[in-house]
Amino acid sequence: MKERLELAATLNRDRELLDRVQRASGVSVKDCYQCGKCSAGCPAAFAMDYTPRQVIRLLQLGMVGEALKSHTIWVCAHCQTCYTRCPKEVDLPRLMEALRQEAKKAGFIAEKNIDIFDRAFLSSVERYGRVHEMGMMIQFNLQSLQPFKDALLAPPMLLNRKLNILPEKIKDGGAVKRIFAKVRAGNQGGDEH
Amino acid sequence: MRYAYYPGCSLHATAIEYNLSAKAVAKHLGLDLWEIPEWNCCGASAAHNTDHLLALALPARNLALAEKEGLDVAVPCAACFNRLRAAEAAARESEKMRVRLAEIIEMDYRASNRARAFLDIMVNEVGLQAIETMVVKPLTGLKVAAYYGCLLVRPPKITAFDDPEDPQTLDKLITSLGGTAVPWACKTECCSASLSLPRTDMGLKMVYEILRHAKEAGADCLVTACPLCMSNLDMRQAGVEARYNVKLGLPVFYFTELMGIAFGYAPKDLGVPRHFVNPIPLLEAREILRHPATRREQG
Repeated sequence: MKERLELAATLNRDRELLDRVQRASGVSVKDCYQCGKCSAGCPAAFAMDYTPRQVIRLLQLGMVGEALKSHTIWVCAHCQTCYTRCPKEVDLPRLMEALRQEAKKAGFIAEKNIDIFDRAFLSSVERYGRVHEMGMMIQFNLQSLQPFKDALLAPPMLLNRKLNILPEKIKDGGAVKRIFAKVRAGNQGGDEH
Repeated sequence: MRYAYYPGCSLHATAIEYNLSAKAVAKHLGLDLWEIPEWNCCGASAAHNTDHLLALALPARNLALAEKEGLDVAVPCAACFNRLRAAEAAARESEKMRVRLAEIIEMDYRASNRARAFLDIMVNEVGLQAIETMVVKPLTGLKVAAYYGCLLVRPPKITAFDDPEDPQTLDKLITSLGGTAVPWACKTECCSASLSLPRTDMGLKMVYEILRHAKEAGADCLVTACPLCMSNLDMRQAGVEARYNVKLGLPVFYFTELMGIAFGYAPKDLGVPRHFVNPIPLLEAREILRHPATRREQG
Protein backbone atom coordinates (compact mmCIF):
# COMPACT_ATOMS: atom_id res chain seq x y z
CA MET A 1 0.00 0.00 0.00
CA LYS A 2 1.47 3.30 -1.10
CA GLU A 3 -0.56 5.67 1.01
CA ARG A 4 -1.58 5.23 4.60
CA LEU A 5 -4.12 7.30 6.39
CA GLU A 6 -4.26 7.58 10.15
CA LEU A 7 -8.01 7.72 10.56
CA ALA A 8 -8.18 8.44 14.27
CA ALA A 9 -6.10 11.57 13.79
CA THR A 10 -8.09 12.91 10.82
CA LEU A 11 -11.34 12.25 12.62
CA ASN A 12 -10.25 14.36 15.56
CA ARG A 13 -8.79 17.16 13.50
CA ASP A 14 -11.96 17.98 11.58
CA ARG A 15 -14.49 17.01 14.19
CA GLU A 16 -15.59 20.55 14.98
CA LEU A 17 -16.05 21.40 11.31
CA LEU A 18 -18.00 18.20 10.73
CA ASP A 19 -20.26 18.95 13.70
CA ARG A 20 -20.98 22.36 12.26
CA VAL A 21 -21.88 20.91 8.85
CA GLN A 22 -24.10 18.27 10.46
CA ARG A 23 -25.89 20.84 12.61
CA ALA A 24 -26.44 23.26 9.72
CA SER A 25 -27.77 20.56 7.40
CA GLY A 26 -29.60 18.42 9.93
CA VAL A 27 -27.84 15.41 8.40
CA SER A 28 -26.05 12.80 10.45
CA VAL A 29 -23.43 11.29 8.15
CA LYS A 30 -23.48 8.06 10.16
CA ASP A 31 -26.96 7.36 8.77
CA CYS A 32 -25.49 6.57 5.35
CA TYR A 33 -24.64 2.90 4.78
CA GLN A 34 -23.02 3.56 1.40
CA CYS A 35 -25.51 1.76 -0.82
CA GLY A 36 -24.78 4.19 -3.68
CA LYS A 37 -28.35 4.71 -4.80
CA CYS A 38 -27.80 8.50 -4.65
CA SER A 39 -24.93 8.32 -7.08
CA ALA A 40 -26.52 5.82 -9.47
CA GLY A 41 -29.36 8.24 -10.14
CA CYS A 42 -27.45 11.52 -9.92
CA PRO A 43 -27.87 13.45 -13.20
CA ALA A 44 -24.82 15.61 -12.46
CA ALA A 45 -22.47 12.80 -11.40
CA PHE A 46 -20.72 12.89 -14.78
CA ALA A 47 -19.34 16.33 -13.90
CA MET A 48 -18.28 15.49 -10.33
CA ASP A 49 -14.86 14.58 -8.96
CA TYR A 50 -16.37 12.61 -6.05
CA THR A 51 -19.78 10.99 -6.37
CA PRO A 52 -22.32 12.04 -3.72
CA ARG A 53 -21.76 8.70 -1.95
CA GLN A 54 -18.02 9.38 -1.86
CA VAL A 55 -18.58 12.85 -0.38
CA ILE A 56 -20.45 11.25 2.51
CA ARG A 57 -17.69 8.67 2.87
CA LEU A 58 -15.10 11.45 3.11
CA LEU A 59 -17.12 12.99 5.92
CA GLN A 60 -17.52 9.66 7.68
CA LEU A 61 -13.74 9.29 7.58
CA GLY A 62 -13.25 12.81 8.90
CA MET A 63 -11.72 14.11 5.67
CA VAL A 64 -13.89 17.22 5.66
CA GLY A 65 -11.26 19.38 3.95
CA GLU A 66 -11.28 17.08 0.92
CA ALA A 67 -15.04 17.44 0.67
CA LEU A 68 -14.82 21.23 0.93
CA LYS A 69 -12.31 21.37 -1.93
CA SER A 70 -14.39 19.17 -4.22
CA HIS A 71 -16.23 20.26 -7.35
CA THR A 72 -19.13 18.01 -6.36
CA ILE A 73 -20.52 20.42 -3.76
CA TRP A 74 -20.74 23.12 -6.45
CA VAL A 75 -22.07 21.16 -9.43
CA CYS A 76 -24.84 19.47 -7.43
CA ALA A 77 -27.97 20.70 -9.24
CA HIS A 78 -30.19 20.29 -6.15
CA CYS A 79 -32.59 18.20 -8.21
CA GLN A 80 -33.54 16.20 -5.09
CA THR A 81 -33.31 12.83 -6.85
CA CYS A 82 -30.87 11.39 -4.29
CA TYR A 83 -32.89 12.59 -1.30
CA THR A 84 -36.10 11.22 -2.81
CA ARG A 85 -34.55 7.79 -3.35
CA CYS A 86 -32.29 7.44 -0.30
CA PRO A 87 -33.47 4.50 1.83
CA LYS A 88 -32.13 6.29 4.91
CA GLU A 89 -33.59 9.68 3.96
CA VAL A 90 -30.23 11.42 4.10
CA ASP A 91 -30.85 14.97 2.90
CA LEU A 92 -27.85 15.18 0.57
CA PRO A 93 -28.86 18.43 -1.12
CA ARG A 94 -28.99 20.16 2.28
CA LEU A 95 -25.62 18.64 3.13
CA MET A 96 -24.17 19.97 -0.14
CA GLU A 97 -25.52 23.44 0.71
CA ALA A 98 -23.92 23.36 4.15
CA LEU A 99 -20.61 22.15 2.69
CA ARG A 100 -20.69 24.88 0.07
CA GLN A 101 -21.23 27.53 2.72
CA GLU A 102 -18.32 26.16 4.79
CA ALA A 103 -16.16 25.97 1.67
CA LYS A 104 -16.80 29.64 0.96
CA LYS A 105 -15.85 30.57 4.51
CA ALA A 106 -12.64 28.59 4.17
CA GLY A 107 -11.89 30.17 0.79
CA PHE A 108 -12.22 26.95 -1.23
CA ILE A 109 -14.23 27.77 -4.33
CA ALA A 110 -13.68 24.96 -6.82
CA GLU A 111 -16.24 26.40 -9.26
CA LYS A 112 -15.68 30.15 -9.41
CA ASN A 113 -18.34 30.83 -12.04
CA ILE A 114 -21.08 29.11 -10.05
CA ASP A 115 -20.17 31.30 -7.08
CA ILE A 116 -20.19 34.41 -9.28
CA PHE A 117 -23.64 33.43 -10.58
CA ASP A 118 -25.07 33.01 -7.08
CA ARG A 119 -23.69 36.36 -5.98
CA ALA A 120 -24.89 38.18 -9.11
CA PHE A 121 -28.36 36.70 -8.58
CA LEU A 122 -28.63 37.65 -4.93
CA SER A 123 -27.21 41.14 -5.35
CA SER A 124 -29.98 41.77 -7.87
CA VAL A 125 -32.60 40.52 -5.39
CA GLU A 126 -31.16 42.59 -2.57
CA ARG A 127 -31.07 45.74 -4.67
CA TYR A 128 -34.45 45.53 -6.42
CA GLY A 129 -36.47 42.94 -4.50
CA ARG A 130 -36.69 40.92 -7.71
CA VAL A 131 -34.15 39.41 -10.06
CA HIS A 132 -33.40 41.59 -13.03
CA GLU A 133 -32.48 38.78 -15.40
CA MET A 134 -30.71 40.90 -18.00
CA GLY A 135 -28.68 42.87 -15.45
CA MET A 136 -27.75 39.66 -13.68
CA MET A 137 -26.58 37.98 -16.91
CA ILE A 138 -24.47 41.00 -17.83
CA GLN A 139 -22.94 41.11 -14.35
CA PHE A 140 -22.21 37.39 -14.54
CA ASN A 141 -20.58 37.70 -17.96
CA LEU A 142 -18.38 40.59 -16.89
CA GLN A 143 -17.27 39.07 -13.61
CA SER A 144 -16.61 35.66 -15.13
CA LEU A 145 -14.59 37.37 -17.89
CA GLN A 146 -16.73 36.03 -20.75
CA PRO A 147 -18.33 39.25 -22.00
CA PHE A 148 -19.87 37.66 -25.10
CA LYS A 149 -21.20 34.46 -23.52
CA ASP A 150 -24.67 33.66 -24.93
CA ALA A 151 -24.62 37.06 -26.69
CA LEU A 152 -26.39 35.57 -29.73
CA LEU A 153 -29.37 34.67 -27.54
CA ALA A 154 -29.93 38.28 -26.49
CA PRO A 155 -31.32 39.88 -29.70
CA PRO A 156 -34.20 37.39 -30.16
CA MET A 157 -35.01 37.65 -26.45
CA LEU A 158 -35.12 41.44 -26.62
CA LEU A 159 -37.28 41.30 -29.76
CA ASN A 160 -39.71 38.96 -28.03
CA ARG A 161 -39.71 41.19 -24.94
CA LYS A 162 -38.30 38.36 -22.87
CA LEU A 163 -35.65 40.62 -21.39
CA ASN A 164 -36.37 43.89 -19.66
CA ILE A 165 -33.74 46.58 -20.14
CA LEU A 166 -34.68 48.19 -16.83
CA PRO A 167 -35.16 46.34 -13.54
CA GLU A 168 -38.54 46.08 -11.81
CA LYS A 169 -38.07 47.62 -8.40
CA ILE A 170 -40.65 46.78 -5.77
CA LYS A 171 -42.11 49.29 -3.33
CA ASP A 172 -41.65 47.29 -0.16
CA GLY A 173 -40.37 50.07 2.05
CA GLY A 174 -36.97 48.36 2.17
CA ALA A 175 -38.37 45.09 3.58
CA VAL A 176 -36.23 42.86 1.34
CA LYS A 177 -33.05 44.83 2.09
CA ARG A 178 -33.78 44.40 5.79
CA ILE A 179 -34.29 40.62 5.31
CA PHE A 180 -30.76 40.43 3.90
CA ALA A 181 -29.38 42.66 6.66
CA LYS A 182 -30.99 40.70 9.48
CA VAL A 183 -29.82 37.36 8.13
CA ARG A 184 -26.29 38.75 7.81
CA ALA A 185 -26.36 40.19 11.33
CA GLY A 186 -27.60 36.85 12.72
CA ASN A 187 -24.73 35.02 11.04
CA GLN A 188 -22.12 37.39 12.42
CA GLY A 189 -23.46 36.79 15.87
CA GLY A 190 -22.63 33.11 15.39
CA ASP A 191 -26.34 32.40 15.45
CA GLU A 192 -27.39 28.86 14.53
CA HIS A 193 -30.36 28.31 12.30
CA MET B 1 -62.26 30.01 -6.68
CA ARG B 2 -59.91 32.76 -5.53
CA TYR B 3 -56.15 32.50 -5.12
CA ALA B 4 -53.28 34.81 -4.43
CA TYR B 5 -51.07 34.79 -7.51
CA TYR B 6 -47.29 34.67 -7.25
CA PRO B 7 -45.81 34.92 -10.76
CA GLY B 8 -42.15 35.11 -9.74
CA CYS B 9 -39.40 37.00 -11.58
CA SER B 10 -39.17 34.79 -14.68
CA LEU B 11 -42.84 35.26 -15.55
CA HIS B 12 -42.23 38.98 -15.84
CA ALA B 13 -39.33 38.47 -18.25
CA THR B 14 -37.99 35.30 -19.91
CA ALA B 15 -41.23 33.41 -19.24
CA ILE B 16 -43.62 36.20 -20.23
CA GLU B 17 -45.67 33.70 -22.28
CA TYR B 18 -46.23 31.55 -19.20
CA ASN B 19 -47.73 34.57 -17.43
CA LEU B 20 -49.89 35.54 -20.43
CA SER B 21 -51.22 32.02 -20.95
CA ALA B 22 -51.72 31.25 -17.24
CA LYS B 23 -53.78 34.41 -16.76
CA ALA B 24 -55.79 33.75 -19.94
CA VAL B 25 -56.75 30.18 -19.02
CA ALA B 26 -57.45 31.12 -15.39
CA LYS B 27 -59.88 33.81 -16.55
CA HIS B 28 -61.43 31.40 -19.06
CA LEU B 29 -62.09 28.86 -16.31
CA GLY B 30 -63.43 31.43 -13.86
CA LEU B 31 -60.43 31.33 -11.55
CA ASP B 32 -59.94 34.62 -9.70
CA LEU B 33 -56.24 35.49 -9.32
CA TRP B 34 -55.13 38.27 -6.97
CA GLU B 35 -51.50 39.13 -7.75
CA ILE B 36 -49.63 39.64 -4.49
CA PRO B 37 -48.81 43.36 -4.38
CA GLU B 38 -45.08 44.14 -4.31
CA TRP B 39 -44.14 40.46 -4.18
CA ASN B 40 -40.42 39.76 -3.94
CA CYS B 41 -38.10 37.17 -5.48
CA CYS B 42 -38.27 33.78 -3.74
CA GLY B 43 -34.49 33.38 -3.96
CA ALA B 44 -34.50 30.38 -6.32
CA SER B 45 -32.07 29.21 -7.37
CA ALA B 46 -29.23 30.96 -5.53
CA ALA B 47 -30.33 31.78 -1.97
CA HIS B 48 -30.40 28.19 -0.66
CA ASN B 49 -26.76 27.78 -1.63
CA THR B 50 -25.79 30.89 0.26
CA ASP B 51 -27.87 30.91 3.41
CA HIS B 52 -30.58 28.57 4.63
CA LEU B 53 -32.43 31.24 6.62
CA LEU B 54 -32.37 33.72 3.73
CA ALA B 55 -33.78 31.00 1.46
CA LEU B 56 -36.75 30.59 3.83
CA ALA B 57 -37.33 34.26 4.68
CA LEU B 58 -37.57 35.50 1.08
CA PRO B 59 -40.52 33.22 0.18
CA ALA B 60 -42.07 33.63 3.65
CA ARG B 61 -42.70 37.34 3.03
CA ASN B 62 -44.86 36.46 0.00
CA LEU B 63 -46.73 33.77 1.89
CA ALA B 64 -47.41 36.20 4.74
CA LEU B 65 -48.78 38.83 2.33
CA ALA B 66 -51.24 36.26 0.96
CA GLU B 67 -52.07 34.98 4.43
CA LYS B 68 -53.31 38.45 5.40
CA GLU B 69 -55.95 38.05 2.68
CA GLY B 70 -56.71 34.52 3.82
CA LEU B 71 -55.65 33.07 0.48
CA ASP B 72 -53.69 30.07 -0.74
CA VAL B 73 -51.04 30.96 -3.31
CA ALA B 74 -51.14 29.83 -6.95
CA VAL B 75 -47.58 29.45 -8.22
CA PRO B 76 -46.89 28.71 -11.90
CA CYS B 77 -43.07 28.43 -11.61
CA ALA B 78 -41.93 25.05 -10.30
CA ALA B 79 -38.80 26.52 -8.68
CA CYS B 80 -40.76 29.22 -6.82
CA PHE B 81 -43.38 26.64 -5.82
CA ASN B 82 -40.66 24.47 -4.30
CA ARG B 83 -39.15 27.36 -2.30
CA LEU B 84 -42.52 28.59 -1.03
CA ARG B 85 -43.38 25.07 0.07
CA ALA B 86 -40.01 24.70 1.80
CA ALA B 87 -40.60 27.92 3.78
CA GLU B 88 -44.09 26.79 4.73
CA ALA B 89 -42.85 23.38 5.89
CA ALA B 90 -40.03 24.88 7.95
CA ALA B 91 -42.44 27.25 9.72
CA ARG B 92 -44.90 24.44 10.43
CA GLU B 93 -42.26 22.02 11.69
CA SER B 94 -40.67 24.40 14.14
CA GLU B 95 -42.33 27.12 16.17
CA LYS B 96 -38.91 28.64 16.80
CA MET B 97 -38.33 28.94 13.06
CA ARG B 98 -41.81 30.41 12.48
CA VAL B 99 -41.17 33.11 15.07
CA ARG B 100 -37.73 33.78 13.62
CA LEU B 101 -39.14 34.15 10.10
CA ALA B 102 -41.93 36.46 11.28
CA GLU B 103 -39.33 38.63 12.98
CA ILE B 104 -37.10 38.81 9.89
CA ILE B 105 -39.92 39.63 7.48
CA GLU B 106 -41.46 42.01 10.05
CA MET B 107 -44.89 40.52 9.54
CA ASP B 108 -47.20 38.17 11.34
CA TYR B 109 -46.82 34.75 9.73
CA ARG B 110 -48.70 31.72 10.99
CA ALA B 111 -48.10 29.37 8.04
CA SER B 112 -51.85 28.85 7.80
CA ASN B 113 -52.04 29.12 4.00
CA ARG B 114 -50.52 26.90 1.32
CA ALA B 115 -48.60 27.35 -1.89
CA ARG B 116 -50.16 25.35 -4.70
CA ALA B 117 -48.63 24.57 -8.07
CA PHE B 118 -50.72 26.18 -10.81
CA LEU B 119 -50.84 22.78 -12.51
CA ASP B 120 -52.17 21.19 -9.32
CA ILE B 121 -54.95 23.80 -9.07
CA MET B 122 -55.92 23.34 -12.71
CA VAL B 123 -56.08 19.55 -12.68
CA ASN B 124 -57.18 18.87 -9.10
CA GLU B 125 -59.32 21.88 -8.18
CA VAL B 126 -60.77 23.15 -11.47
CA GLY B 127 -60.75 19.54 -12.65
CA LEU B 128 -60.18 17.70 -15.91
CA GLN B 129 -63.89 17.49 -16.62
CA ALA B 130 -64.35 21.26 -16.52
CA ILE B 131 -61.25 21.65 -18.68
CA GLU B 132 -62.48 19.09 -21.22
CA THR B 133 -65.78 20.90 -21.74
CA MET B 134 -63.86 24.06 -22.75
CA VAL B 135 -61.90 22.36 -25.55
CA VAL B 136 -62.85 23.70 -28.96
CA LYS B 137 -59.62 22.89 -30.80
CA PRO B 138 -58.58 19.46 -29.58
CA LEU B 139 -54.87 18.66 -29.84
CA THR B 140 -55.64 15.65 -32.04
CA GLY B 141 -52.52 14.01 -33.42
CA LEU B 142 -50.14 15.99 -31.21
CA LYS B 143 -47.67 13.63 -29.55
CA VAL B 144 -46.45 15.28 -26.37
CA ALA B 145 -43.71 14.26 -23.94
CA ALA B 146 -44.87 15.47 -20.52
CA TYR B 147 -41.80 16.87 -18.79
CA TYR B 148 -42.20 17.53 -15.06
CA GLY B 149 -38.58 18.19 -14.16
CA CYS B 150 -37.44 18.15 -10.54
CA LEU B 151 -38.99 20.79 -8.37
CA LEU B 152 -42.67 20.12 -8.99
CA VAL B 153 -42.48 16.59 -7.60
CA ARG B 154 -39.34 16.43 -5.44
CA PRO B 155 -38.75 16.02 -2.61
CA PRO B 156 -42.24 14.52 -2.15
CA LYS B 157 -42.26 15.43 1.56
CA ILE B 158 -42.14 19.10 0.59
CA THR B 159 -44.07 19.18 -2.70
CA ALA B 160 -46.77 16.63 -1.78
CA PHE B 161 -47.72 16.52 -5.45
CA ASP B 162 -48.00 13.48 -7.70
CA ASP B 163 -45.53 10.58 -7.93
CA PRO B 164 -41.86 11.57 -7.84
CA GLU B 165 -40.75 8.86 -10.28
CA ASP B 166 -43.67 8.50 -12.69
CA PRO B 167 -46.02 11.47 -12.32
CA GLN B 168 -49.25 11.52 -14.35
CA THR B 169 -50.88 14.96 -13.86
CA LEU B 170 -49.54 16.54 -17.06
CA ASP B 171 -50.15 13.35 -19.05
CA LYS B 172 -53.81 13.34 -17.99
CA LEU B 173 -54.14 17.02 -18.84
CA ILE B 174 -52.74 16.44 -22.35
CA THR B 175 -55.19 13.59 -22.88
CA SER B 176 -58.14 15.71 -21.76
CA LEU B 177 -57.05 18.39 -24.27
CA GLY B 178 -57.28 15.75 -27.01
CA GLY B 179 -53.54 15.16 -27.42
CA THR B 180 -51.47 12.03 -26.97
CA ALA B 181 -49.07 11.77 -24.03
CA VAL B 182 -46.19 9.49 -25.06
CA PRO B 183 -44.69 7.17 -22.45
CA TRP B 184 -41.02 8.04 -21.97
CA ALA B 185 -38.15 7.75 -19.52
CA CYS B 186 -37.09 11.31 -18.70
CA LYS B 187 -40.22 12.81 -17.15
CA THR B 188 -38.42 13.86 -13.99
CA GLU B 189 -34.78 13.99 -15.16
CA CYS B 190 -32.98 17.23 -14.21
CA CYS B 191 -32.44 19.86 -16.95
CA SER B 192 -29.55 21.42 -14.91
CA ALA B 193 -31.66 24.43 -13.86
CA SER B 194 -29.54 27.53 -13.36
CA LEU B 195 -26.26 25.61 -13.76
CA SER B 196 -26.70 26.02 -17.51
CA LEU B 197 -25.50 29.62 -17.17
CA PRO B 198 -22.23 29.14 -15.23
CA ARG B 199 -21.65 25.58 -16.54
CA THR B 200 -23.17 25.56 -20.03
CA ASP B 201 -21.21 22.40 -20.93
CA MET B 202 -23.03 20.48 -18.19
CA GLY B 203 -26.37 21.99 -19.09
CA LEU B 204 -26.10 21.04 -22.75
CA LYS B 205 -25.39 17.40 -21.93
CA MET B 206 -28.28 17.16 -19.49
CA VAL B 207 -30.67 18.86 -21.90
CA TYR B 208 -29.48 16.65 -24.76
CA GLU B 209 -30.34 13.48 -22.80
CA ILE B 210 -33.88 14.73 -22.16
CA LEU B 211 -34.56 15.88 -25.73
CA ARG B 212 -33.02 12.74 -27.22
CA HIS B 213 -35.26 10.50 -25.11
CA ALA B 214 -38.35 12.54 -26.04
CA LYS B 215 -37.47 12.21 -29.71
CA GLU B 216 -36.83 8.48 -29.44
CA ALA B 217 -40.18 8.02 -27.68
CA GLY B 218 -41.85 9.48 -30.77
CA ALA B 219 -42.82 12.84 -29.27
CA ASP B 220 -43.09 15.83 -31.57
CA CYS B 221 -43.00 18.35 -28.74
CA LEU B 222 -42.59 18.66 -24.97
CA VAL B 223 -44.74 20.32 -22.35
CA THR B 224 -43.41 21.82 -19.11
CA ALA B 225 -44.56 23.69 -16.01
CA CYS B 226 -41.27 25.45 -15.25
CA PRO B 227 -39.58 28.55 -16.73
CA LEU B 228 -36.10 27.20 -15.96
CA CYS B 229 -36.88 23.96 -17.80
CA MET B 230 -38.28 26.00 -20.69
CA SER B 231 -35.14 28.13 -20.98
CA ASN B 232 -32.94 25.08 -21.01
CA LEU B 233 -35.00 22.91 -23.35
CA ASP B 234 -36.03 25.67 -25.76
CA MET B 235 -33.35 28.39 -25.68
CA ARG B 236 -30.44 25.93 -25.42
CA GLN B 237 -31.81 23.51 -28.03
CA ALA B 238 -29.88 25.07 -30.93
CA GLY B 239 -26.71 24.83 -28.82
CA VAL B 240 -27.43 21.14 -28.13
CA GLU B 241 -28.00 20.46 -31.84
CA ALA B 242 -24.70 22.13 -32.75
CA ARG B 243 -22.68 20.44 -30.01
CA TYR B 244 -24.03 16.92 -30.55
CA ASN B 245 -24.50 17.28 -34.30
CA VAL B 246 -28.17 16.23 -34.29
CA LYS B 247 -31.39 17.68 -35.59
CA LEU B 248 -34.05 17.73 -32.88
CA GLY B 249 -36.56 20.46 -33.79
CA LEU B 250 -38.72 19.83 -30.73
CA PRO B 251 -40.96 22.74 -29.75
CA VAL B 252 -41.58 23.14 -26.03
CA PHE B 253 -44.85 24.44 -24.59
CA TYR B 254 -45.99 25.59 -21.18
CA PHE B 255 -49.04 23.50 -20.26
CA THR B 256 -51.03 26.73 -20.03
CA GLU B 257 -50.22 27.49 -23.67
CA LEU B 258 -51.57 24.10 -24.79
CA MET B 259 -54.68 24.70 -22.69
CA GLY B 260 -55.15 28.13 -24.27
CA ILE B 261 -54.69 26.78 -27.79
CA ALA B 262 -57.22 24.01 -27.13
CA PHE B 263 -59.62 26.61 -25.71
CA GLY B 264 -59.42 28.44 -29.03
CA TYR B 265 -57.09 31.34 -28.21
CA ALA B 266 -54.80 32.64 -30.93
CA PRO B 267 -51.20 31.46 -30.26
CA LYS B 268 -49.92 35.03 -30.37
CA ASP B 269 -52.28 36.10 -27.59
CA LEU B 270 -50.72 33.41 -25.43
CA GLY B 271 -47.15 34.38 -26.35
CA VAL B 272 -46.49 31.09 -28.15
CA PRO B 273 -44.56 32.61 -31.11
CA ARG B 274 -41.96 34.00 -28.69
CA HIS B 275 -40.24 30.63 -28.30
CA PHE B 276 -36.83 29.91 -29.82
CA VAL B 277 -38.03 26.69 -31.48
CA ASN B 278 -41.07 27.97 -33.35
CA PRO B 279 -44.06 25.76 -32.48
CA ILE B 280 -46.43 27.20 -35.12
CA PRO B 281 -45.37 24.92 -38.04
CA LEU B 282 -46.05 21.85 -35.88
CA LEU B 283 -49.48 23.16 -34.82
CA GLU B 284 -50.26 23.85 -38.49
CA ALA B 285 -49.03 20.45 -39.64
CA ARG B 286 -51.39 18.78 -37.15
CA GLU B 287 -54.17 21.12 -38.36
CA ILE B 288 -54.88 22.13 -34.78
CA LEU B 289 -55.17 25.84 -35.54
CA ARG B 290 -57.38 25.19 -38.59
CA HIS B 291 -60.08 23.53 -36.55
CA PRO B 292 -63.36 25.16 -37.62
CA ALA B 293 -64.56 26.17 -34.17
CA THR B 294 -63.12 29.42 -32.90
CA ARG B 295 -63.37 31.14 -29.57
CA ARG B 296 -65.35 34.00 -31.07
CA GLU B 297 -68.03 31.64 -32.38
CA GLN B 298 -68.19 30.09 -28.93
CA GLY B 299 -69.11 33.57 -27.75
